[in-house]
Amino acid sequence: MSQSYNRGLIEDFGRWREFSAGMWAWVFHKFTGWVLVGYLFTHIAVLSTAIPASSQDAAVLAANGDIYTETIVALESLLVVRILEVGLLAVAVFHILNGLRLLLVDLGIGLESQDKSFYASLILTGAITVASVPTFLAGAF
Amino acid sequence: MAEHYSSFTKGGRLWLWQRITAAFLVVVLAFHFFLLHFVNHADEVTFAMSQARMESLSYYSLMILFLVTATFHGVNGVYNALVNQGLTGTKRQVVKWTLVAASLLLLVQGVRTANAWAGYTTFF
Repeated sequence: MSQSYNRGLIEDFGRWREFSAGMWAWVFHKFTGWVLVGYLFTHIAVLSTAIPASSQDAAVLAANGDIYTETIVALESLLVVRILEVGLLAVAVFHILNGLRLLLVDLGIGLESQDKSFYASLILTGAITVASVPTFLAGAF
Repeated sequence: MAEHYSSFTKGGRLWLWQRITAAFLVVVLAFHFFLLHFVNHADEVTFAMSQARMESLSYYSLMILFLVTATFHGVNGVYNALVNQGLTGTKRQVVKWTLVAASLLLLVQGVRTANAWAGYTTFF
């Protein structure tokens, strides 16, 4: 006789108090994934200013007065954009490190150390993010 | 023996492609961040510098592949998350095709942008 285990609604965030390290890793991976895919669409939209810029006069392009350069320079002059970029880096680094961890788990490597590798992902994400702050905020003040 | 219990289509290849694109994106996303924030700084971006990078066929090809894999991985990830959340039936079909349409728009716009830098003619 077959047995089945009904897990109910798979994503029941109301049970967050019962979450183990693996569940938090999964929630963070999902959250960072949503942020990254949202950013991808925004990123292409902003970079699309290169399309009208490419047909501007050579003199305007040489003087960096085109719409693409001006858009990026204007965005980068805003402190809030610089801070959001640090946030984006943190999100991307966590998604990369936890993604590597997931690829290893899928291959059956390090199954006993899943919790430790999640904590390592978090610590390394924090360290890389903090170390990157001077580069990301350079010239913003 | 336990019954097969999964939200994913049995025998589907999307699961594998999500992992293949993940392995590629781990490397290329890290490279992208490193090149455009640490080697070149974001506040020093100019059209000419972006153009100089994109005129190299190897860089252009890498960025197009980056666009395609990131779009697939991101949009398929969103779809998987919604299916896990309990999306079924007609709603699932509507969401699926909306995401397919959004992906196609993103790919077209991304290629048009890359072509604007590389100097290639875009026919759409």
